[in-house]
Amino acid sequence: MSETILSVKNLHTSFTTDKGEVLAVNGVNFNLDKGKILGIVGESGSGKSVTAYSILQILEKNGRITEGQILYKGEDITKYTEKQLRSFRGKCCSIIFQDPMTSLNPVFTVGNQLKEAIELHTGRKGKDAEARAVEMLNLVGVNEPEKRVKQYPYELSGGMRQRVMIAMALACEPDILIADEPTTALDVTIQAQILELMQELQKKLGMAIIMVTHDLGVIADMCDEIIVMYGGRVCERGTAEDIFYRPAHEYTKGLLQSIPNVDTIGEKLKPIPGTPINLLNMPKGCAFCPRCENAMKICIEQVPPEMQMPDGHFASCWLNVKAEMEAQQGGGKNE
Amino acid sequence: MSKEIITNNAPLLEVKDLKQYFPIKTGLFQKTPLKAVDGVSFSINPGETLGLVGESGCGKTTVGRSILRLYNPTGGEVFFKGEKVDAKSIGHMRKEMQMVFQDPYSSLNPRMTVEDIIGEPLDVHKLYQNKKERREKILDLMELVGLNAEHATRYAHEFSGGQRQRIGIARALATNPKFIVCDEAVSALDVSIQAQVVNMFEELQEKLGVAYLFIAHDLLVVHHISDRIAVMYLGRVVEIADADELNNNPVHPYTQSLLSAVPYPDPIKAKQRQRIVLEGDVPSPLHMPEGCAFRTRCRYATERCAKECPSLTDRGNGHQVACWNK
Repeated sequence: MSETILSVKNLHTSFTTDKGEVLAVNGVNFNLDKGKILGIVGESGSGKSVTAYSILQILEKNGRITEGQILYKGEDITKYTEKQLRSFRGKCCSIIFQDPMTSLNPVFTVGNQLKEAIELHTGRKGKDAEARAVEMLNLVGVNEPEKRVKQYPYELSGGMRQRVMIAMALACEPDILIADEPTTALDVTIQAQILELMQELQKKLGMAIIMVTHDLGVIADMCDEIIVMYGGRVCERGTAEDIFYRPAHEYTKGLLQSIPNVDTIGEKLKPIPGTPINLLNMPKGCAFCPRCENAMKICIEQVPPEMQMPDGHFASCWLNVKAEMEAQQGGGKNE
Repeated sequence: MSKEIITNNAPLLEVKDLKQYFPIKTGLFQKTPLKAVDGVSFSINPGETLGLVGESGCGKTTVGRSILRLYNPTGGEVFFKGEKVDAKSIGHMRKEMQMVFQDPYSSLNPRMTVEDIIGEPLDVHKLYQNKKERREKILDLMELVGLNAEHATRYAHEFSGGQRQRIGIARALATNPKFIVCDEAVSALDVSIQAQVVNMFEELQEKLGVAYLFIAHDLLVVHHISDRIAVMYLGRVVEIADADELNNNPVHPYTQSLLSAVPYPDPIKAKQRQRIVLEGDVPSPLHMPEGCAFRTRCRYATERCAKECPSLTDRGNGHQVACWNK
């Protein structure tokens, strides 16, 4: 039996802007099991990054969690004080960001920044912390770590910087690692190196990873479980096989059809019509219904409930509800 | 591919040994040439799409810009419809050679309305008799790229990324070009919107017979849209072949690892396949390795690779590879 390490319940995160209140995350539920890789996939503005930032509570000043719980080992961390949070971040849960250049401080050496994280969260000080920094760089495959600790971020390549970020995030051996688009800024061959490294470290250290990305390829490659988000809501969640082979939400289906595929070369792509959602002007019902080709009347009026599919994964789409009702009625007539 | 390409005619565009160096200050009085593009040759037929792929810094964008003489090439020649492209001829040639840029946010002037953005190339090349004709042409173009005619008086910031890219494409099409350089034209877009724009590029090609140089780093998209693909590494083309041939039968070690590194959106296939993970990083173009530029990361590198730089050789059916060992 796997152990649930993080449980997000009915999470709502809202931002106050000049143009009004923007509900970026709108009732998100999921569980993260120990040692598993969970992928959150969605387009820009779907609320995937905000979900990740809400867990660490590192939202912008105008953002706040308005509703819901985030349970880490049974404790609600939304109720934590700033001091408690500081020890939660880094030690229990840490994050790597998309752009390694802007997330490292350009005026301090790599070693200095690694040492800071180590001294802050573990008992190690001084020389001991320095030794740990070198050890961590070695772990993430940075060559000549003794030399690298004395270098500044600008002296390293993009792939190396991302390795340093990973070393920093893992220095305190967190239970959860959040990776927010960790390879989007990198080239494919470097991306392959970093993904390989993350998988390797995950096996070695046994932490759980939340992988936030828009790249379905990366998700398919890495993740055990997947959450598909659109307009701040979860459309569908399940195992990688459920999502890729048995998608039950119209948005997931559309998304999978719009990526070019070796099997569909020579055919036209099937894009999702329409334009991305404007969070300031959310439809009353299902967020996806303005772009959905099979939208029904109820989709415009009511938010679809999350329903469990026969194979055990969850999808929020009225079409599934309709299909089940029809199946029940049909079954009733036959009897 | 269902598309028919006229191959018996002369190529539309011919690039011969194109070189583009940029002087970089490396000391107080010292300048070192950065060889962004170092001897690239290829040709594009009318109505054909040539995909140009490679990692950042390999010079793929520079190739596109040098062809259009947005830079002044250091060496080599470019022929368009048999006529040499130089500082003089480019003036009238730009009517037939256009460009779509990567970032739909910074490539449109925020102070201009959509009508003026699309109309600017018409103004420059004086392609209308009167105001009425100009407006008609603009509205036709907007319809062609799937924009609503009511939006003509709006400003770029009022549109989403996908729509902005459509404005950029309408602007490129305004002069009725025969050749368009698409520089990462779909990279900044979300997948669902990206598919819309990719389809539009294909439809426009069928309708107008325009040829594309499609520069991108997303190999799945490039494979989808291209007839042929050229792979670049550190300023040189290492392999060029038909799109399907290149994907099914990559010969150059760099192409092989590049294709194996593409994250494939299928969990079972993704877990089965063997990745060829390249060691190390791309060397700096300022300190290019002697001989073959890829040898520092190549599994098959031999002494010969360090001494001589391989040139493209034909391996049958127009599949050209620059490698000593493969």
